[in-house]
Amino acid sequence: MGIKILTEHIDNPELKKFEVYRKTGGYTAVEKALKTMSPDGVMEEVKKSGLRGRGGAGFPTGMKWSFLDRKSEKPHYLVCNADEGEPGTFKDRYLLERNPHALIEGIILSGYALGVEDAYIYLRGEFFYILQILEKAIAEAYEKGFLGKNILGSGYSLNLYCHPGAGAYICGEETALLESLEGKRGNPRLKPPFPAVSGLYNCPTVINNVETLATIPWIVNHGGDQYAQIGVGRSTGTKLISASGHIKNPGVYELEMGFPVEEFIYSDQYCGGMKNGKPLKAVVAGGSSVPILPAGLILKTANGEPRNISYESLAEGGFETGTMLGSGGFIVMDESTCIVRNLYNFTRFYRHESCGQCSPCREGTSWMEKILYRIENGEGRMHDIDLLVDISNNIEGKTICPLGDAAAWPVASAIRHFRDEFVEHVNRKGCWFD
Amino acid sequence: MDNEIKFSAESLELVNRIIARYPEGKQKSALLPVLHIAQAEFGGWLSTETMNYVAGLLKLEPIEVYEVATFYNMFNLAPVGQCVIEVCQTGPCMLNGAGEIIQHISKRLDIKPGETTPDGKFTLKTVECLAACGSAPVMRVGNRYHENLSTEKVDSLIEEWCKCGKSSHDNPYNE
Ligand SMILES: Cc1cc2nc3c(=O)[nH]c(=O)nc-3n(C[C@H](O)[C@H](O)[C@H](O)COP(=O)(O)O)c2cc1C
Ligand code: FES
Repeated sequence: MGIKILTEHIDNPELKKFEVYRKTGGYTAVEKALKTMSPDGVMEEVKKSGLRGRGGAGFPTGMKWSFLDRKSEKPHYLVCNADEGEPGTFKDRYLLERNPHALIEGIILSGYALGVEDAYIYLRGEFFYILQILEKAIAEAYEKGFLGKNILGSGYSLNLYCHPGAGAYICGEETALLESLEGKRGNPRLKPPFPAVSGLYNCPTVINNVETLATIPWIVNHGGDQYAQIGVGRSTGTKLISASGHIKNPGVYELEMGFPVEEFIYSDQYCGGMKNGKPLKAVVAGGSSVPILPAGLILKTANGEPRNISYESLAEGGFETGTMLGSGGFIVMDESTCIVRNLYNFTRFYRHESCGQCSPCREGTSWMEKILYRIENGEGRMHDIDLLVDISNNIEGKTICPLGDAAAWPVASAIRHFRDEFVEHVNRKGCWFD
Repeated sequence: MDNEIKFSAESLELVNRIIARYPEGKQKSALLPVLHIAQAEFGGWLSTETMNYVAGLLKLEPIEVYEVATFYNMFNLAPVGQCVIEVCQTGPCMLNGAGEIIQHISKRLDIKPGETTPDGKFTLKTVECLAACGSAPVMRVGNRYHENLSTEKVDSLIEEWCKCGKSSHDNPYNE
């Protein structure tokens, strides 16, 4: 088993308690930073680490931080994105329920680097029980002097609050999240201005994913250079992969970036291969929004290179033959899966979750859903297949936020790689899978 | 309405603590958490009276509450059963038998998704990915997740809930 940055002690059911986390070396990074490092020093280590945002877009965290308008007289905010809504993704939940103090420690360090006095965790609404875990952990951190006024006598003060959402996938998009945190409907904002300049309450704001922030303590403890040595190329460090679907061992796995996809799927230490003994058909590697790849192209690139878990390797070949690491939601499908039905399910999801602001997304998702429904149920026409491609092209890149792209890519990629199966549905007047 | 809409002293104190988490004048930020508490306390759904009451507490126009309550899936805008069963119907759960679970509950309670049993005990809802796809199929009932579901597991849960008169109208801040 490779290096563990986020999950080393995660099997200890008591880890969520302050004392237990502390015994595993918890909060030493806060002591180190507040006593011996300047805020810029912390920022420098994060830049050196090469850490990229784990929420899906993979934007370099240090660079994002450096965009924060620090000269602004207004308060600065740090918001943790714990909305985890991307189908196939459940790794933040795993961290939150088992290791909440790692996130809190990461928030203290990030807040210190950014000159933030108030931070919020925007938590997915359905996670009532995690809200209770977080409230408890935050109260402990206050009690022990790691949150609140003048932390460890350093002069640095930070308040941290947890804020529950109420069931809307779109609120994972960072500007919709800010609207929601302000008590409004989750309609994404036009950018610019970017949150770094005008975010929460129109103040400079940094938004980072749970996994991103929970990695910061390790970086402060060991140094950015050491973090950058883990992984491969511009994909530094480790990544939590949420594995689901037709595999023997679904679950969350921490992998060093660069880990071979084939070994991940078939090794008993990880997914353990296909659970019903049927061959692998396809994988959606980065949460439901990223392009689906057939077995051949997920295991090897079009050039025959073995694929590995990293931003670059999964993207190799562009959208023609590649995909994206996204949130690391790894959905595995065997030969019994109907690609049309699965796509209908995801498209129904995006139609349901579209906020309705932009017509290409609002109208396009419901149109695609209807077409997919009729193809699956025997009413499809041959030209429906190209119509789907056409609609998806007219959504992609034409909306305020990337939910439109997220709805378009699965459609375009399923038809690109599995066109025959769509044709067959039209010819046979419906679906032949169970 | 026979009982007046008013938070208990305990809930009111919680609400005030939550309002204090946001900057002065930004009490609107407390809207989602306060609506969750209101839904738990006033029967598992948000009536117009309840929403007006919350608007008054947070010094908002009622429309500011209505437009938010109608946007978010977790808020029920019509009465629901005592125990709301939310089964995930998204891709990874479907690959692992969520369809069968939904059908089974539907048959057993003799209601379609979205409906409530005539005795007012159960409502069945289908919901989107609950971020538990590794233990599919999954359902949420109040502040609990039930995972790796089988029809047998569902049967024994429903039997238990029938016996104990299970309510799912949980206040997210109370264990
Ligand atoms: C529709 C949509 C949903 C998203 N959902 C999430 C989410 O649930 N969690 C998350 O961290 N990021 C989500 N994102 C990405 C965020 O907008 C943002 O990029 C991220 O939180 C930034 O944090 P990072 O740089 O640490 O990754 C979503 C984006 C879109 C467009
Ligand atoms: S698809 Fe059901 S929990 Fe994710």
